[in-house]
Amino acid sequence: MVATLHIDGAAYSVKEGQNLLQACLSLGFNLPYFCWHPAMHSVGACRQCAVKQFKDEKDTRGKIIMSCMTPATEGMRISIEDPEARAFRAGVIEALMVNHPHDCPVCDEGGECHLQDMTVMTGHVCRRARVRKRTHRNQDMGPFVNHEMNRCIACYRCVRYYRELAGGRDLDVFGWHHHVYFGRQVDGPLESEFSGNLVEVCPTGVFTDKTLKGHYARKWDLQTAPSVCVHCSLGCNTIPGERYGELRRVRNRFNEEVNGYFLCDRGRYGYEYENSDLRLRHPLRLGAEGPRPIPSAEAVSYVAGLLRNGGRVLGIGSPRASLEGNFALRALVGAGRFFIGWPERERALVTTALRLLREGAIRTPCLREVREADAALALGEDVSNTAPMLAFALRQCAMQRKIKVAAAFGIAPWDSDAVRLVGQDEKSPIFIATPCGTRLDDIATRLWRAAPEEIARLGFAVAKALDPDAPEVPDLSDEAKSSARDIAAALREAERPVVVSGTGAGSPAVLEAAGAVAAALRRLGRNVQLSLVLPECNSAGAALLGGGSLAGALSEVRKGQVDTLIILENDLYRRLNAEAADALLAGVKHLMVLDHLANATTARAEVALPCATFAESEGTLVSQEGRAQRFFAVHPARGEVRESWRWLREIGMAAGQSEMAAWQTTDDLIQTLSQEPGLSGVKEAAPGREFRAAGQKIPRQPHRYSGRTAMGADVSVHEPPPPEDRDSPLAFSMEGYQGQPPAALVPRYWAPGWNSDHALNKFQGEVGGAVRGGPAGVRLIEPAADAPARYAAEIPPPFQPAEGQWLVVALHHVFGSEELSAHTPGVAQLAPRPYLGLSPEDAQRCGVGEGDPVELAVGSSVQQLPARIIPGLPRGLLGLPAGLAGVKVVELPAGGRVRSVTGGPP
Amino acid sequence: MFSLFKGLWIVLRHAFVKRVTVEYPEKKPVLPPRCRGRIILSRDPDGGERCVACHLCSAVCPVACIALQAAEDAHGRRYPKFFRINFSRCIFCGLCEEACPTYAIQLTPGVEMGEYKRQHLVYEKEDLLISGVGKYPGYNFYRVAGLQIEGKDKGAAENEQPPVDVRDLMP
Ligand code: SF4
Ligand code: SF4
Ligand code: SF4
Ligand code: SF4
Ligand code: FES
Repeated sequence: MVATLHIDGAAYSVKEGQNLLQACLSLGFNLPYFCWHPAMHSVGACRQCAVKQFKDEKDTRGKIIMSCMTPATEGMRISIEDPEARAFRAGVIEALMVNHPHDCPVCDEGGECHLQDMTVMTGHVCRRARVRKRTHRNQDMGPFVNHEMNRCIACYRCVRYYRELAGGRDLDVFGWHHHVYFGRQVDGPLESEFSGNLVEVCPTGVFTDKTLKGHYARKWDLQTAPSVCVHCSLGCNTIPGERYGELRRVRNRFNEEVNGYFLCDRGRYGYEYENSDLRLRHPLRLGAEGPRPIPSAEAVSYVAGLLRNGGRVLGIGSPRASLEGNFALRALVGAGRFFIGWPERERALVTTALRLLREGAIRTPCLREVREADAALALGEDVSNTAPMLAFALRQCAMQRKIKVAAAFGIAPWDSDAVRLVGQDEKSPIFIATPCGTRLDDIATRLWRAAPEEIARLGFAVAKALDPDAPEVPDLSDEAKSSARDIAAALREAERPVVVSGTGAGSPAVLEAAGAVAAALRRLGRNVQLSLVLPECNSAGAALLGGGSLAGALSEVRKGQVDTLIILENDLYRRLNAEAADALLAGVKHLMVLDHLANATTARAEVALPCATFAESEGTLVSQEGRAQRFFAVHPARGEVRESWRWLREIGMAAGQSEMAAWQTTDDLIQTLSQEPGLSGVKEAAPGREFRAAGQKIPRQPHRYSGRTAMGADVSVHEPPPPEDRDSPLAFSMEGYQGQPPAALVPRYWAPGWNSDHALNKFQGEVGGAVRGGPAGVRLIEPAADAPARYAAEIPPPFQPAEGQWLVVALHHVFGSEELSAHTPGVAQLAPRPYLGLSPEDAQRCGVGEGDPVELAVGSSVQQLPARIIPGLPRGLLGLPAGLAGVKVVELPAGGRVRSVTGGPP
Repeated sequence: MFSLFKGLWIVLRHAFVKRVTVEYPEKKPVLPPRCRGRIILSRDPDGGERCVACHLCSAVCPVACIALQAAEDAHGRRYPKFFRINFSRCIFCGLCEEACPTYAIQLTPGVEMGEYKRQHLVYEKEDLLISGVGKYPGYNFYRVAGLQIEGKDKGAAENEQPPVDVRDLMP
């Protein structure tokens, strides 16, 4: 419904019922605000957004109202410019500033501070107060967030965000009147894995990025480019910033269909691996006395020589490398000799997931659709740890019920405090079945903790309860039957249910079960969606590209079919146990590895080539949603570091593969790659290199970028020309189109008068909604509309704990389980130490206490770990942290035995 | 005709007027302190580096000839890890001095900066930092700012109350 709103005498059409603040901002007015946030809506706390409302055209006095708390109605008359309203707003700022410290020059928020922007907007310039300022002590909040409490203006955004949206418990407001204190009860790292968003949510410099503080640069000095997070399969959109050749921070890039306004801490803070000392900077050749740097040309011609002389070559790609890198490797070695570097089980899991999404009739939701869902079932996946922003989305899904309840009372969804009060403890039905407790448990309507097979059986039972045509689950306990009935009843009621699962539990049956529930709901005509978490940032892309697993590669090597093995951005010692990896590598004569960081695999490489990270190269990743998204180089790769595909191209050309010569730019490669079945959308993921906005390139540097003529002057006073970017429509320069480019190319948010990230308002058609021109990325996977919903034939037998035999399952950790982010100091600090998780009953039976050393044997792999007693872990299950440094690699789930090292066999 | 002679007369008269041009470099003129010449970084009255690495001077510099990197000492005091001015680019406009919130960067009457090599016109912090307060005595940013540094606890800045005890319930 459209309403006509008269603002300062001019008529505008706005959405009826929308709050006036949002309406005015959407119309492009500069109206200051603090407590309102597009993702958290209105509480009317700060009184900054005051405007004047008039009864009718004859009313000249009007009254001051809070625009964020007033719905727009037909024929409403308001004034933003009214002198009294202006004075009121200036007065609010002046009052806020009474206690504000004289900190801007040393405040990390300076230059992108919403408080600075709003102060300038209201015109307050001079402190008239003669009182002394109140001060606060700060807290140590861990490696990610810095706390400087003096700067607080008590807008309450931080606690509202942290407690209501992110579900954290350890940040709150203390004290009263003008002493209110926003912090933790005691010092200590913030517990929520979404704590980094406080940095963006807080309109002042109370919460700032602690990693940035270690190598500070102002927003105007950062070279930035649109990028995509590489630390999980969701593909959140990011804006990394660089200065002096070093990555300095990562900020959120708004994509309403993916991460919205927020990021998780792994994505925000995982970037520092790019600056790690482990970075490979030169091609290395392994000699008798260890690896030594060699010139690039020598490395290329050496490897090309191996290929040219009729050498039989094999390529191992990677689910964490871009489509471009994987494709180039496949082109170099030939499709039949290209293997994605994942174990067979992971390949099976990912292909199962992809099959469910591609062949079934069920759509995979984008994260916005998950946020807007009204019921959810999470089967087997600990999303808080494997795909944190999906967990965040599920939290928003839980709130949908409150909004619905409030709507029945005529309360608008943006009236956030009223919604919260009326909604009380109401939450959308969310069912979670996982092997171990999750950090989402507090929003769950019901929880199950069970072995993966049991979880799968529960899923199949739900399908059966929904649809009598679904296969019967044999030997189902009464309890499971009634649980299944409850879940089915709630899902059937829902208008937009989602089923969430993933590869994290390591069980294809769990995926099939999730597919079965979705299929059953679909048969009932429900608008159900199925979201499947994948292991890595480009798992979906790798699967779409096709290629065997490491098992296939190993069998080729065993057959003695391989002289040269080329491994792309893949540490085999994280995929296979050490013996298997040794066996694979020992079977080849020559080993060449391309990677960013030195690892166990590069250490074995005869030739190791340094390749560019996500921040130094352009490429495409396909997220678990099937969304192909392009990341762009934030800064040019230095020295001999190059994009993987460029190395491979050079080697290919030197070895006589002339067709690779056509790949002059990333676009050329993408053009070739888009001819692959299923990948035709890739070239649409972002505008190509020829794109120009108003005839100009998009500058990566803001128009206030400083120090150009001095930053390199210590080396030479003669300034080099800015590096040319022939791959993309972006430029390593401050010259170009500073306006709004298409979403996939937005390098930063800035607008006149809006230096903080709230400048995003000016990029959106309607504030809080889609960016003008639509969201970034292209969905490669859409369901076949007419495909019949089918059920898997196989239902696993029930899990029975056997005496002396355990089922070892993988436990994922948001900090520590992912390979690259684990090289970031802050992430490493928060990662758990290696452990083996036991249920309290099992621990007692084995006579093991917390921290006692235990020996875990899975197949031939034996390792000693300290025991950790995990309440809620089902009996008969052992939890082994996935991907954690210091824990031996075992393919999970698997049967295993445990014995107390001090107390002898149990 | 008349104007011609008038012009000649003026020229002749000027030959006997007192000179304003100075025989530089034999004679050194006294430049007023507000002259915009060689840039220095000053220290606060307590001897600490005044520059807090806020990047305002570098941002305002129209020729972008200031580059610096912020760093922090163990007690939270901000200072520039390096501070570089490329004087071969500087136009001595003085905007950096105007932008500086701490009186750290100042233009001085020093004008003798000629070099045979352009590279020698690149000044690092060691070349810029003097040991005095320069033109502006008395001001110490950290005495006013809310940030805690060594020797200045929270609430100990000018015009500040002692830190709030959050657990106190007194009105
Ligand atoms: S929060 Fe903003 S206004 Fe306050 S000191 Fe920091 S930059 Fe300045
Ligand atoms: S800490 Fe920041 S977000 Fe929280 S109340 Fe203070 S100013 Fe607002
Ligand atoms: S005087 Fe002008 S040109 Fe020179 S450093 Fe300062 S701002 Fe830059
Ligand atoms: S403006 Fe002043 S305090 Fe800020 S960086 Fe420049 S010299 Fe230092
Ligand atoms: S934004 Fe309206 S009262 Fe705070």
